[in-house]
Amino acid sequence: MKLKFLLPLIMASAITHPASAEEYVIDTDKAHAFIQFRVQHLGYSWLYGRFNTFSGDFSYDEAKPEQARVRVTIDAASIDSNHAERDKHLRSPDFFDVKQFPQASFESTGYKPLGKEKGRLEGKLTLRGVTKPVTLEVSQVGAGNDPWGGYRRGFHGTTTITMADFGIPTNLGPASEKVELTLSIEGIRK
Amino acid sequence: MRWRSGSDHWGGLMIALHWLTAVTVFGLFALGLWMTGLTYYDGWYQKGPNLHRGSGVLLFIATGARLLWRLFDGRPRELPSHQPWERIIAKWVHITLYLLLFAVMVSGYLISTADGRALSVFGWFALPATLHGIDGQEDLAGELHLLLATALITLALLHAGAALKHHFIDRDRTLRRMLGL
Repeated sequence: MKLKFLLPLIMASAITHPASAEEYVIDTDKAHAFIQFRVQHLGYSWLYGRFNTFSGDFSYDEAKPEQARVRVTIDAASIDSNHAERDKHLRSPDFFDVKQFPQASFESTGYKPLGKEKGRLEGKLTLRGVTKPVTLEVSQVGAGNDPWGGYRRGFHGTTTITMADFGIPTNLGPASEKVELTLSIEGIRK
Repeated sequence: MRWRSGSDHWGGLMIALHWLTAVTVFGLFALGLWMTGLTYYDGWYQKGPNLHRGSGVLLFIATGARLLWRLFDGRPRELPSHQPWERIIAKWVHITLYLLLFAVMVSGYLISTADGRALSVFGWFALPATLHGIDGQEDLAGELHLLLATALITLALLHAGAALKHHFIDRDRTLRRMLGL
């Protein structure tokens, strides 16, 4: 009886969401996703940091990878470089001005598969209220069943941005104008 | 000048602590405003905050010692020329100045130790973090630090203005007493 009731719904959902276009929610709940950045310090070393709070989802179809799509929303104030005074400065108008621009985001606009597990993800990155096109070099890390009854898929993407392009007014010196961003995410299939 | 306070004069130690505090508070306020505007490659970018933090901790210790000494040392009587309303206001301004002093220093400490790092005092010793890891602690403590410091400076200016009023208008010994004259 239950099945009879559910069957039309299942069929309807199969039409609107073809089984091949898999939808994934990024596993921020259990922190299997990371938005990291690194920037050179004076040109002598790398400084690493991350955004602790974000959420997002993606879709990926192994048969049609070019239709892959990613969307991530980031709480700019959650920036964490493992130093409270520096983080306070990074949140100030000198850098991210998180009171004025509390949210950063990335939304893909297109994906170009390059071989089986690699690709180039085009998208729009919004930071400090400025939206700019960026390209992430993406590789799939893996996909498959997890031990708890779910299905997961993970990607690793990197891009380099210039801080001044996004209106960050502070100049940290010639070696530190660019920031490498890494989006390392695992999604749980919905 | 006598070391201890008496019924008609301030002792040398209290006078010294008072003026040391005055110079340090105004100095730290100016230093704080200036150093937060420095660019990354400025030679004072590290030195300024280190001086600010270290001096703040030393002032905290001096203020704690000053309060204890004040309890032990006593204080001179109010001058007969002080009006009843002046005595009430003066008392509350003095209490508020002490409270603000501590509040400013504690809020500053909570910025520097927000991630659990100890606060180094000129490399001589370090103050360990106590309250830390609260979400957004450094931001909240930072806003309070500036707000409270501005209030402290405003009240200190009122305090100084009152002293000048006693000196030039009432022509009494209030200010001269704090100068040990």
